Amino acid sequence: MRIRCELVIFGGSAGSLQVLINILPQIKLPIPFAIVIVVHRKNSYDTVLEDLIALKTLIPMEYVEDKSKLQPGVLYIAPSDYHMLFEDKNNIALDGSEKVNYSRPSIDVSFESAAFVFREQLVGILLSGANADGTFGLQMIQEKGGITIVQKPETAEVSYMPQFAVLNANPDFIFNEEEIVTFLNSNI
Amino acid sequence: MIEELELETLINEVYEHYGFDFGNYSKASLKRRVDRLYQMDGFSHFHEFLHRIQTDEKYYKRMIEEITVNVTEMFRDPVFYSVLRNEIIPFLAPKPFIRIWHAGCSTGEEVFSMAILLKELGLLHKSLLYATDINASVLETAKKGIFPLRMMKQYSENYLASGGTEDFSSYYSANFNIVKFNPELSEKMVFSQHNLVSDTSFNEFDLILCRNVLIYFNNDLQSRAIKLFDDSLSVLGFLALGSKETIKYTQGDSKFVQLRKEKIWRKIQ
Ligand SMILES: C[S@@+](CC[C@H](N)C(=O)[O-])C[C@H]1O[C@@H](n2cnc3c(N)ncnc32)[C@H](O)[C@@H]1O
Repeated sequence: MRIRCELVIFGGSAGSLQVLINILPQIKLPIPFAIVIVVHRKNSYDTVLEDLIALKTLIPMEYVEDKSKLQPGVLYIAPSDYHMLFEDKNNIALDGSEKVNYSRPSIDVSFESAAFVFREQLVGILLSGANADGTFGLQMIQEKGGITIVQKPETAEVSYMPQFAVLNANPDFIFNEEEIVTFLNSNI
Repeated sequence: MIEELELETLINEVYEHYGFDFGNYSKASLKRRVDRLYQMDGFSHFHEFLHRIQTDEKYYKRMIEEITVNVTEMFRDPVFYSVLRNEIIPFLAPKPFIRIWHAGCSTGEEVFSMAILLKELGLLHKSLLYATDINASVLETAKKGIFPLRMMKQYSENYLASGGTEDFSSYYSANFNIVKFNPELSEKMVFSQHNLVSDTSFNEFDLILCRNVLIYFNNDLQSRAIKLFDDSLSVLGFLALGSKETIKYTQGDSKFVQLRKEKIWRKIQ
């Protein structure tokens, strides 16, 4: 069965970059949904993370600025030191307010905003990390009818974040990397 | 949590009661801020929250203060300040007067950074720094030039990274947990309330900084602000925005050329 999905949003922290680098190149092109990545990153002025991910995948990527357009088939990464929000299905908005869960960008903030805008046309995936960020966001996605996936904690380099979500957010699926890829390629 | 329709109701009521128009603020960010206040103040029904805002002017003021984002820093984005120091300000140096407008100055960290920069370039004596915001209480803080001591380590690092070479602590005197910046820095500053939603141009400037303010506006309101800056800039004047802001999605962008990736535009006509 295929579900209609307009946005797949990944959240991750320590240990999630490698997972993304493994997963992204395996997603079949052209991709019918937009992809957003929110990972904790140090407060800096650079685009090292964007450049690295761009190097590893053929998915077209756009550098995010305030009010950037969101398009299917394109990859977006939340910039450091801003929370990334969704103004509507076609527009990103940035916000420089206080850190949430000691993080800016915060996964909860982006997941919650995406949940309100995309509702059931959303898949949220939480990966490896050492922080409780993301669990509340997954709850919001679920409440609005979206699908929630958590990386199998045993397969995560740092299991705290996915484990916390498994215990508190009752995710629809608990997947390893391969299962995440299969899901993205065949179910949406 | 507030639903979309409730947010619309709130926006309309605030406009009717107090004349303040949040209608063209970014909904995504506004919703977060309103949710935050609603939860912080322990409301459980939207109508209670709304009633309080309608009937209690003090609470309305609190609402304005809490839903606008006032997060700021000295020498925020050091690379930006090094471009100002090395490339932009030297352009303005030959002028008899240098007029600068900080729109949305918050608690003033940005204006004090600018004053330090100008002082080091030997230009502060012939400069005028207008600093405006809608939020009266942040302006009060800015006027005093008093900031928390615990921030100074970060600010001093930012300052050095932006190309500053002096001893940063020579610019303030510390007293318990606060610092006061030297009065000579604020001599050329003028603070006043100004609303980018509804107020008009009030002077002509060589450089306008409006950093991390436009992200809270939708495209229509951003266009209004850019028009206002256009009206307030001399030809070949500079406009500086925050590190993730752009005028690309606004009307009026054709009058400006972007200088480099640090988000500085020059008015060309
Ligand atoms: C995040 S602060 C930016 C401070 C500083 N420019 C910086 O980049 O660090 C945003 C400021 O914009 C102000 N602001 C919001 N709406 C405004 C409006 N309509 N007119 C003028 N200022 C506004 C807020 O009160 C707040 O102080």
